Amino acid sequence: MIGIEHYVVVSSILFVLGVLGIFLNRKNVIVILMAIELILLSVNINLVAFSAFLGDLVGQVFAMFVLTVAAGEAAIGLAILVIYFRGRGTIAVDDIHRMRG
Amino acid sequence: MIHTIAFYLFAVLLIASAVLVIMSRNPVHSVLWLILAFFNAAGLMVLVGAEFIAMLLVIVYVGAVAVLFLFVVMMLDIDFAELRAGFVKNFPLGILLAVILLAELVLGFGAYRAGALKLGEADGTAGVIAGRSNIDSIGALLYGEYLFLFEAAGLVLLVAMIGAIVLTHRERTDTRGQNVSKQNKRRAEDATVNVKPEVGKGVTL
Repeated sequence: MIGIEHYVVVSSILFVLGVLGIFLNRKNVIVILMAIELILLSVNINLVAFSAFLGDLVGQVFAMFVLTVAAGEAAIGLAILVIYFRGRGTIAVDDIHRMRG
Repeated sequence: MIHTIAFYLFAVLLIASAVLVIMSRNPVHSVLWLILAFFNAAGLMVLVGAEFIAMLLVIVYVGAVAVLFLFVVMMLDIDFAELRAGFVKNFPLGILLAVILLAELVLGFGAYRAGALKLGEADGTAGVIAGRSNIDSIGALLYGEYLFLFEAAGLVLLVAMIGAIVLTHRERTDTRGQNVSKQNKRRAEDATVNVKPEVGKGVTL
């Protein structure tokens, strides 16, 4: 029988993979943004699993809010990426400290 | 039985595709693996009976966010081989951090299994309404008690939309656009003159 523990383990593995992705692809902002999406997905799985096993729908309402924030974050992040690329011709984040103002 | 098989199928595929998202050489492949990961996460959510969030995940993540990623990856002309230069160098540090985080999570989970934490009882104010579907119950909650949260979510999306437009919009100076108010202000008497040239004198323009 699948219990809450299985879901917690899956979401924790997914969270660690997301953090690992940020550290492995330190130069590539696109993959860093995708790793952040993975982290938020693991948070969502956690929220939904606890909500379902507890029989309380507030967790799912909150998961919807997390989903909204993730979508907004992806849009803004990619917009910043596009203007950064337009100005510098690369997306290497090593010298992103030049992005002042 | 079928529930258990489905859970392990979705979970293994989810984790495998998450590994491939962060390991792929080509970010286009990463985006495609990310889409597979989202589908499997949606499957996991269907298994616990959260159909609304599962469908939302497919529509919002796969339909909007992943396609946005795909557009940006394909629009920008990026030398990905150069970006991967630090991959091997960062690998030991990344693995170390991942192991530390995983150890912390396993420790916390062990503490949970030991009975230090108990899954409490829901107060029953926000449960699934008897005889109604998951979506129906969430709708009743979302448009009732959590209306302000719902509106705040809309506001967040509005701010994100305006922010993205403001960030990426640029005034182009190399093209000449149509100036409607200038066109409407122009009158025939300002634009044309009536002259009566004499013979042999010519006209001044």
